Amino acid sequence: MITFIVRRLLTGLVLLAAITTLGFTLLYLGGGDIARKILGENADEQTVALKAQELGLDRPVFAQYGDWVVNALGGDLGASWFSGQPVAAAILSRLAVTLSLVTGAVVLIAIISVTLGVLAATKREWIDRVAQVIALLGFAIPNFLFAVALVLLFALTLGWFDPTGYVQFTTSPSGWAKTVTLPVVALALGGIAAITQQVRGSVIDALRNDYVRTLRSRGIPARRVILKHVLRNAAGPALAVLAVYFVGLMGGAVIVEQVFAIPGLGQVAVQATTQGDIPLVMGLLVATGIIVIVFNLLVDLAQGWLNPKVRLS
Amino acid sequence: MTNLAHSTDPQIVTAPQETAKVSLFRRILRNPMALGSLTFLAVAVFCAAFAQFLAPHDPNTSVISNVLSPAGGENPLGTDGAGRDVLSRLLYGAQFSLAGALVALATALVIGVTGGLLAGYFGKWIDTGWTWVISLLMALPNIIVLLAARAVVGPSLWAAMLIFGIMLSPAFFRLVYASVSAVRNELYVDAARVSGLSDSRIIARHVLTVVRAPIVIQSAIVGGIALAVQSGLEFLGLGDIKVPTWGAMLSDGFTNLYTAPTLILWPALAIGLTLIALTLLANSLRDELERSTGPRKQNRRKPTKPQPEAAAEDIVRHDEREPEGEIVLDVSHLSVGYPTPDGGIKRVVNDVSLTVRRGEVHGLVGESGSGKTQTAWSILRLLPEGGKIVGGSIHFQGKDLATLSEQEMEKLRGRKIAYIPQEPMSNLDPAFTIGSQLVEPMRICLKISAREARERALALLARVGIPNPERTFAAYPHEVSGGMAQRVLIAGAISCNPDLLIADEPTTALDVTVQAEVLDLLRDLQSEFQMAVILVTHNFGVVADLCDRVSVMRLGRIVETGPTRSIFADPRHPYTQELLGAILSEAEPRGPLVTAGAPGQPVSTRSASNQKGAVQ
Repeated sequence: MITFIVRRLLTGLVLLAAITTLGFTLLYLGGGDIARKILGENADEQTVALKAQELGLDRPVFAQYGDWVVNALGGDLGASWFSGQPVAAAILSRLAVTLSLVTGAVVLIAIISVTLGVLAATKREWIDRVAQVIALLGFAIPNFLFAVALVLLFALTLGWFDPTGYVQFTTSPSGWAKTVTLPVVALALGGIAAITQQVRGSVIDALRNDYVRTLRSRGIPARRVILKHVLRNAAGPALAVLAVYFVGLMGGAVIVEQVFAIPGLGQVAVQATTQGDIPLVMGLLVATGIIVIVFNLLVDLAQGWLNPKVRLS
Repeated sequence: MTNLAHSTDPQIVTAPQETAKVSLFRRILRNPMALGSLTFLAVAVFCAAFAQFLAPHDPNTSVISNVLSPAGGENPLGTDGAGRDVLSRLLYGAQFSLAGALVALATALVIGVTGGLLAGYFGKWIDTGWTWVISLLMALPNIIVLLAARAVVGPSLWAAMLIFGIMLSPAFFRLVYASVSAVRNELYVDAARVSGLSDSRIIARHVLTVVRAPIVIQSAIVGGIALAVQSGLEFLGLGDIKVPTWGAMLSDGFTNLYTAPTLILWPALAIGLTLIALTLLANSLRDELERSTGPRKQNRRKPTKPQPEAAAEDIVRHDEREPEGEIVLDVSHLSVGYPTPDGGIKRVVNDVSLTVRRGEVHGLVGESGSGKTQTAWSILRLLPEGGKIVGGSIHFQGKDLATLSEQEMEKLRGRKIAYIPQEPMSNLDPAFTIGSQLVEPMRICLKISAREARERALALLARVGIPNPERTFAAYPHEVSGGMAQRVLIAGAISCNPDLLIADEPTTALDVTVQAEVLDLLRDLQSEFQMAVILVTHNFGVVADLCDRVSVMRLGRIVETGPTRSIFADPRHPYTQELLGAILSEAEPRGPLVTAGAPGQPVSTRSASNQKGAVQ
């Protein structure tokens, strides 16, 4: 089990190294005259050259990258070119907000998809139709459109929730719930669609297994066989899809945060890219990379718990 | 094996796929959902292509005096926040949005399909490299990557879509790679290679034809994703302001959401409907494709091979003295059916009657598809999906199982009627330990404590001849052998002292030596617990070994029934004679071939049925 975790972590680290190398090379080589961009068109050549020297931009890219890696390993991701704020601090202060949205969405997706997927697979009939329609809408409607629709209906027309802004949980739990509910729902729709379909499919597959009949022949009620045995065997494929979808969830959060004016990573991302604030962009790549890798590790651990055969390999 | 010669000829191999493709296309046109989607997409493409002629104004000309004007007059749909004509922007938006999505799709197609073909056809090392690239592409949210790219190349629709196309290429790569590596080792591809076809011709002829339809489906999905992500990016206000797209309109609409809420409606509708059309198109294409390859799939799932229903004929009954003992199970005129696609019911068990007494083993014999397993499952009321008892009765301890409620039935299963399945490995839940699968039913049926159930389970495991019960109790199913697993299933079946045991080919999946041991165990347990047993088998060796009475089934009907001794001595129905003859002829002159197994062991039934096939 420990070798399993270590191996997964190592793979993750290699992946992270590849991402940062690639990102750094492309960003710094493709960025053009960075110092000029920072100082604007009116700065004279000498100031620009000085600025480039100050940022270390006059050195070869691999030397710059080497410095960046050494600093990053010590937790220092550099400073924003425009605000001068340390990148690590800027990202950490927004991370909690984005993570609470994404975590909320994952929980919502898990609860609704499992319930709906199992019902659709076992009862068929109308609930199956409902699941199909949700799947279609969830796949076809981009989350930002859904978010706008939610704002129009529940915030502007009905006034149940706040249309924009973010209140910290520690400040006011009810205020937090009011600001966070709509973004989480908007973020979750696509995932609900995808995972419900997967749960439905793998429950139908699992129900065809011979052991379902045998367990029922022993006098275990059908409902219990489904909830205990079928669901556990069907959870593996569904989790695998969730792991893939999680990456999309991180990207979706960027857009949904903009709709609700929530000060999360998305805001940093949009600001950093419009300005061309490359240290901040690098920090974002690192942060999302780490989150995705950690989530995948958690999913792998869950897979091992669900399926004893995975534990061996 | 006679068609091996044909498979060297590429013409014959590809021809059927060609016709399938044509009929698929025709069926798509007949499918209302697909036709609707195609029509909508055609209209969108038309608007995109002729935007220059259709649009009343230039999409980028802003009239400052005419900001956010309502619909009507000069501007049929009003103007936006910069005083630009909404209708014109919507039409030009179709042009740029769809073209952008197309750039992404084309990039993904070119990279994914070529890469998939090369990696799948030529070998493993490309695969290893690609797997890395794919996990790299999938480890980052595409919006983040596109944002990062924008920081470098600036706001360009085409550059963004080109990069996104690269990120989408795994969707095609995986599809093509999987199909190609499956096809690569097919005999007909080998044959084509041997007959001197070049690699590129083989790829074009045999490989591309296989993946063509899935690629079309995937294209609809990928195109939709590209449009959605492109709109998302522009919605963030990160697009090129000079390029009118639906996403840019959304962005403008969102800025003016409070003052002019209808502004966001048009681009939202355009994007939403296009995406829904693409999704519906992909779904109906997939449905039609599955339907065209459906029959083969269905056969695998269906419990029985489609066989003609036998006409009613007189059952050959062997005379006997009325046997003694209380009747435990009395099945009379039982029929089981499955719904057919045309709304009828296909009977797989027809007018079956049999009785089983306490302490008696009743053999149900017949080849695969004769309905014997269906009969067994209907007694347990555990027929596969769709299967129903359509006639007759099953009397068991004063109740008719054919009409009993599911709750009542649940009380009988395990406690009174037990079941031993055919395939030991697939009948244990791989996710739970063997012990917990034994304990769980006992706690429900016997209402005993976990500790008590555990002790009982260990005793049962010892009783069925498992050398180290503690270890097997803690093991997972994949950690024990097939013979062990079958013993565990037998232990589970007898764990609550049933009165009736239904054993469905309990030894078929086992090695010959293990078969004999399991049969011995079954015989001992049967006499120890004085159970009534229905033994489903296609093996007359097993019948001779274990059964008191036999019923021979063919095409869903019982054709001959009587005491085992009498049927062996005097088989009267031609089908029974044929089954028995198959065993006897095998035991005779071809000595060396048969003695490969242990002599005197039950004859492998596979060869028996093969012989039958040869006779026909």
